[in-house]
Amino acid sequence: MRAAETLRSEGFDGTIHLIGDEPHLPYDRPPLSKQVLAGDWQPDRVALTTPEKNEDLSFEWHLSSKATQLNIAEKKIALDSGQTIAYDGAIIATGARCISLRMAENLQGVYTLRGLDDAIAIRSEFDNSPQNVVVVGAGFIGAEVAATARQRGLNVTMIEAAEIPFERVLGAEMGTVTADVHRDNGVNVITGTPVESFKGQTRVEKVVLGDGTELDADVVIVGIGVRPNTEWLKDSGLVIDNGVICDEKCQAGPGIVAAGDVARWPNKLFNEQMRVEHWDNAVEQGVYAARRLLHGGQSMDPYAPTPWFWTDQFDRKIQLAGRTRPTDEIKVITGSVEERRFATAYGRDGKLVGILGFNRPRHVMQYKQMISEGTSWDDALNYAKEQS
Amino acid sequence: MGYRIQVDFDLCESNAICMQIAPEVFEVRDDDFLYILNEEPGDEIKAQVEEAAQRCPKQAIAIAEG
Repeated sequence: MRAAETLRSEGFDGTIHLIGDEPHLPYDRPPLSKQVLAGDWQPDRVALTTPEKNEDLSFEWHLSSKATQLNIAEKKIALDSGQTIAYDGAIIATGARCISLRMAENLQGVYTLRGLDDAIAIRSEFDNSPQNVVVVGAGFIGAEVAATARQRGLNVTMIEAAEIPFERVLGAEMGTVTADVHRDNGVNVITGTPVESFKGQTRVEKVVLGDGTELDADVVIVGIGVRPNTEWLKDSGLVIDNGVICDEKCQAGPGIVAAGDVARWPNKLFNEQMRVEHWDNAVEQGVYAARRLLHGGQSMDPYAPTPWFWTDQFDRKIQLAGRTRPTDEIKVITGSVEERRFATAYGRDGKLVGILGFNRPRHVMQYKQMISEGTSWDDALNYAKEQS
Repeated sequence: MGYRIQVDFDLCESNAICMQIAPEVFEVRDDDFLYILNEEPGDEIKAQVEEAAQRCPKQAIAIAEG
């Protein structure tokens, strides 16, 4: 959608086909686990476009249509309806989907949250005041669902297979701080044990953990990560390896660019092949990829952003910019961890590589800028000292 | 042709993305609130203001022409 709008704003006046497997026009995903689930927003408020605006941009929509094959030699995309669409240039933005648990496949009451329909279904479960909500996987989406459910007054248990939630991204210390926000708000956080199985006839009744514990469950939300939607490309000749492999300017093949959750490209700033699952990147990379496709890449700098995302957990706005690892050095550069209003810098190989903020948006953006400029770890620490 | 920046402060959550893109116009201060430093900045900075509006996670920034 962002890419298509960019094609128009950059002067492309040919036909633009937009293919999507959902029945909905494009919508904004972040509010799904927050305002929509909370019941504060009617679902239609997440719409990113209106039929009128849609008409202005004169897109050809193919909703409820799944792309099933890309033929690069003939420049054609096949749809599940049997239709074939010819193209001069293609933008792959097929996103990712939630990993589901096979053992829960046929049980009612077990959900993943990715799309609008998922959010509406979970919300209507919450509207029925379930006795026990279980969230499997303490990732950021799972944690947002847990927080939203708890704020609706529901009994919530969050289960994480790792010993410390969020450790893979935030490191042990900051992961613990984040998990404690949930504990203090009354979420029952269980760590270090995987889910073994589910019990129930047609509908889920209990979640059984690896250590034998059985938890009552009326509604289960599974948030254990996503997988890029690349199956339709498997015979295309494009290189697929946990995403569509692109060059440093987001080109995946002749006349083909990729953007968003599905794209994997070498980010020069971090010297790392990355695939980013954040809202902000979907917007920025969508715009970049559209320009790349329209104008060619000669005059463009490589796509090398500092990834950034935010998540709302209870009354905390948590933001993370950069590319952090659990082994990074960390330093609280402002505020108080006890009060949960602080920012923590992450350093690796002598460079500033990340900034985590708890209700500290201003600092996060300052240090995000410094990360983009390639600031050394020492310079970042000195700067922090001067400011304090 | 000038333009005017309008921020819906009911939507704004002070994510400060706008501040990173156009610091001459948007500032999130230590009180966590967004301040508009210049509601009618010139055309020379319009591209940044438009990018800030596009990348606002809450879509709280609007640009009124005229």
